[in-house]
Amino acid sequence: MNRMDDSRASVDWSAWKRILRFARPHRRDLIVLVLTGIATAVCDTLFPLITRSLIDHIEQFGAQFDLRPFVAGYAALTLALAAEVWVFIHCAERIAKHVSHDIRQAGFARLQELSFSYFDRRPVGWLMARMTSDCDRLADIVGWGSFDMVWGSSSLVAITAVMFMLNWRLACVVLLVVPPLMIISRRFQRRILLSAREVRKTNSMVTAAYNESVMGVRTTKAFGREEENLNRFMEQSDRLYGASVRNALQSAVYLPLVMTLGSIGAAMALMYGGVQVMDGALSLGTLLAFMTYARHFFDPVQEVATVLAELQMAQASAERVLGLVETIPEIRDSEDVRERLSKGWIEQGMAEDGYPLCFERIEFRGVGFKYEDGQRVLSDFNLGLRAGETVALVGATGAGKTTIAGILSRFYEPTDGQVLFDDVDYRSRSLAWLESITSVVLQAPHLFRGTVRENIRYGRLEASDEEVEKAALLVAAHDAILSLEHGYDTDVGEGGGRLSSGQRQLVSLARAVIRDPQILVLDEATSSVDAETEQRIQRGLESAFRGRLSVIIAHRLTTVRSADRILVIDAGRIVEQGTHQELMALGGRYHQLYSGQRVDERVRRWEPRE
Amino acid sequence: MAKERYKSLWDLTRDQRGRYSASIAALLIAIGMSLLVPLATRSAIDEIVLGGASPWWLLIAGAVIVLFSLSSALCMYAKGRWVAEASHGVAKQARERLFDHLQHLPCTYFDRADTGDLVQRCTSDVDTLRIFLTTQLVQIGRAVLMLVILVPLLAFLDLRMTALSLAVIPFIIVFSTWFFRRVKTLFAKADASEGAMTSVLQENLTGIRVARAFGRQGFEIARFGEHAAAYRDDSFAVSRLKARYWGLSDLLCMTQVGVVLLGGAAWVFDGSLTVGTYFAFVSYINMLVWPIRQLGQILTELGKAVVAMGRIEEILEVSRESNDGDPIVAPKQPGRIAVRNLSFAHADGTRALTDVSFCVEPAETLAIVGPPGAGKSTLMHLLVRLYDFTEGAIELDGRDLSRIERTAVRSRICAALQDPFLFSRTVGENVKIGRDDASATEVVDAAETACVHDSIESFEQGYDTMVGERGVTLSGGQRQRISLSRAILADPDVLILDDTLSAVDSKTEGRIRSAMSARHGRRTTLIIAHRLSTLAHADRILVLTEGRVREHGTHAELVNRGGPYARLWKLQSTFESELAADMVPGRGEGS
Repeated sequence: MNRMDDSRASVDWSAWKRILRFARPHRRDLIVLVLTGIATAVCDTLFPLITRSLIDHIEQFGAQFDLRPFVAGYAALTLALAAEVWVFIHCAERIAKHVSHDIRQAGFARLQELSFSYFDRRPVGWLMARMTSDCDRLADIVGWGSFDMVWGSSSLVAITAVMFMLNWRLACVVLLVVPPLMIISRRFQRRILLSAREVRKTNSMVTAAYNESVMGVRTTKAFGREEENLNRFMEQSDRLYGASVRNALQSAVYLPLVMTLGSIGAAMALMYGGVQVMDGALSLGTLLAFMTYARHFFDPVQEVATVLAELQMAQASAERVLGLVETIPEIRDSEDVRERLSKGWIEQGMAEDGYPLCFERIEFRGVGFKYEDGQRVLSDFNLGLRAGETVALVGATGAGKTTIAGILSRFYEPTDGQVLFDDVDYRSRSLAWLESITSVVLQAPHLFRGTVRENIRYGRLEASDEEVEKAALLVAAHDAILSLEHGYDTDVGEGGGRLSSGQRQLVSLARAVIRDPQILVLDEATSSVDAETEQRIQRGLESAFRGRLSVIIAHRLTTVRSADRILVIDAGRIVEQGTHQELMALGGRYHQLYSGQRVDERVRRWEPRE
Repeated sequence: MAKERYKSLWDLTRDQRGRYSASIAALLIAIGMSLLVPLATRSAIDEIVLGGASPWWLLIAGAVIVLFSLSSALCMYAKGRWVAEASHGVAKQARERLFDHLQHLPCTYFDRADTGDLVQRCTSDVDTLRIFLTTQLVQIGRAVLMLVILVPLLAFLDLRMTALSLAVIPFIIVFSTWFFRRVKTLFAKADASEGAMTSVLQENLTGIRVARAFGRQGFEIARFGEHAAAYRDDSFAVSRLKARYWGLSDLLCMTQVGVVLLGGAAWVFDGSLTVGTYFAFVSYINMLVWPIRQLGQILTELGKAVVAMGRIEEILEVSRESNDGDPIVAPKQPGRIAVRNLSFAHADGTRALTDVSFCVEPAETLAIVGPPGAGKSTLMHLLVRLYDFTEGAIELDGRDLSRIERTAVRSRICAALQDPFLFSRTVGENVKIGRDDASATEVVDAAETACVHDSIESFEQGYDTMVGERGVTLSGGQRQRISLSRAILADPDVLILDDTLSAVDSKTEGRIRSAMSARHGRRTTLIIAHRLSTLAHADRILVLTEGRVREHGTHAELVNRGGPYARLWKLQSTFESELAADMVPGRGEGS
């Protein structure tokens, strides 16, 4: 990922063209912005001309001329410039804010469609950075970068043109300063931005260190690591100091340097032009105008150099953001399904995609699955499921249980073979239909900020309060919820952090059953709760399973035991199948797996005498 | 209050005042030099070009201008360098002080604190201060110096023109100050909506699998859309106001320049002003007006810096965890713990422990069991003095625990806490948290004892594998065992295991148990556990419910007593015996 951060030697315009597409709805603003940029550059260039002709008039006529046209001209220019400033800030900011919003919105919408495999490979922090700072940065370049570019280059053209019109020889003398100015600006702006990035990088390390020091404070205290942590931190703090000072020094060299160059230009104008004035070949006003222009040259040069450098630096951001926005979800409705959906079937007992709402059986036929990195998890996997039964998947970590459940809920699609719902490949059915009949409870379930009630209602947004409580009752969560401080209105905190893991599980179970799904998929967590709490959860589970196809990745023996059918999965295959009693009697893999959960004989000697 | 903040802001610069003074001096010279440039131009025009001196003088005039600019540039560089070193130095010092302070704050502070907020105070607030010290402080100095130096100079050149030059400036100052006061509330609103949007985004991404599982795309997009649009509109509201402000203030500034330009021209007409002086005024007014325009913004930034200072001070004002008491660490072993009538309530008033008494003899293992929220972890925290208790007493080898230095207590009693925290360092360094000077073999030894060595070796870079976002994600069991290996490495007299092996299967747990006793022999151990096999291995068992000791005794005693422990035991063992029945081949119903 580090390599992706590297700035490119040249600007790749194709990425920027794609970014610019987001500015299309705001093209009116963009046109106004470009025009204002040119107008501003022209006005900036005209000011010294007014001074020039004023001075020349004074020299020529003394007190004998009318000052009013100058007052009027100056006033007009001032008003025009003020208006231009207002307009360009307004437009540039509007473009920046809107483009940033539009990219962000498009990215967010895309993130909601992307399949699980996308998120498997990208940490939340990485995605957050794309969606926040990267969006702002790119939009700033679209808004402000284009203005600075237009203003800077128009200013250069306008100043050069005016100087040549006034006196081409003097213009040549003053322009001698421009090439070194450009070279210096290009190099410095690039370096300044590079070292600024180093600052940002070390800064985020310092932030992470603070975060860690707060999160891990108990561990630090328990092991008495305060000194050592501080020493580590001071190393990072030193690096941040070094990088920041380096960055500041580069700016401290650059600005005085270019301003000196400007002064040299002005001095050359004075020396060369002064002689011409004395010879009468040049007016004094023109000389002063040239001196002003020489000083102001560095401003547009600097702006253009900064924009170019920024375009290079932000290239990687642009590619990353575009990569996100333009990713086509691997799993989405097929052409055919979308067509059928657009017809809008509304028939009794039928789903919108034209097939029956309910299903009788599901079949995995020759299903194979391979992760993107080539790791094969399933091959030629066959399984039949009937509506209403409870099936437990057991087996060692990495055996493929989660993949099977993920394929069933179409979080992943099989790379070979088919999953058939009543003989129809589920890829011929709409995603929305499958989503509406399926509830998935993930291991370590995530709750959203808000109350318990809101979290349960997430399962069915239109559910009434009674229905929420009914769902909680069904999974034996009601009492546990009522024992919370504010009952159903208890705030669960960020990520549900204010509830214990057992409580979180119960709430997520209620959230799953409130939809009354035809399929319930459950990745059961192994959590550290005492036997009594465990028993309560188990009761909740059993009633949740009733009346629907339940597929459980089971860890607890209590859950496994009560399943209608147990599949022992090993290396992507079903190696044993049957009820608990059957499998135990078989004395095979299942027996082996669970004999470990027994309390050893030594303990059994103290059994209560009853 | 605010006055004190200004004072603390001032105190913060203590070590860097030399640099600040030097940079102000450099700035003074730089400004002086840059002021001389128009003067030189003025004489060049009046004396040479218009006065008819030898054209060779022009060369000298040009050289003088370049020289002045060059020295001004050098001084600007010196100023830039010193200011940067000084302010980044202040920031560094503030950051390190905050880090050190945070680590020494009592746990009660962190129970209430919001991590995000704390981190923000240590980073962005320090940065706000730093920006103020780098840019704004110098800008203020510059604007004030400009006024102080320029006004007498202008007055010396021409009094009437000076009056003209200062005509609009008061309005500029008043206007910009007024504006930035107004925009502050809008800024705050935009900040708040950005925060709201970020947290909605963060939450969505953390829970994206749930959102996908429930097919909630539409709902989520609508919710985020609301916040994203609010952020866009609120931040654009600030921009809109800014656009108006900069337009208007440009108008005011250019009016000031225009007044000088045209008013001066009138005086040049009647011959009461030389062209050179006139040109000098035109240059000076540009130098004066633009820095002054920034004053309003600077004053707002000063306000922000003071607020940031306040937020930082709020952390520094919290007193550190005291570390008084006897610094004795002496014995390796025994380790007798006696708890007498211990009661403890959290800072928010909720009662965690009531009248708890028990004792653990040296080399004995005490298991603690109870439902969630019974106060088990709190009890463990009190034993390592993460919290201070008010009622009752804890004794370690006959000494009152609260009279022994915290660091000394923690070096004798070591706790592997629930939800172990791993630092984003290498796996090896994480184990070494237990004892810094441990050798590589000792680290491996500890990992082997905790049965995590094989897992570590299976990582591509073994013990050098990074933990966290940039490296491997460890399973709950692996984290627990790494945390355990820390405690093993620390080799304390009393070992506390707070539910440390819940995610480890019982076979592995048995192996760990025997490896530990083989390595160190027996030592005082307090262990929180739910698994009955673990409980049964303990010498004695303490059942804790609602902060009170419900039962206390050996496994056999408790099982025979028929209390809550016996109930738990029965629940588990009925199930176990059914299972045992199933396991006899041929006895299952299905066969």
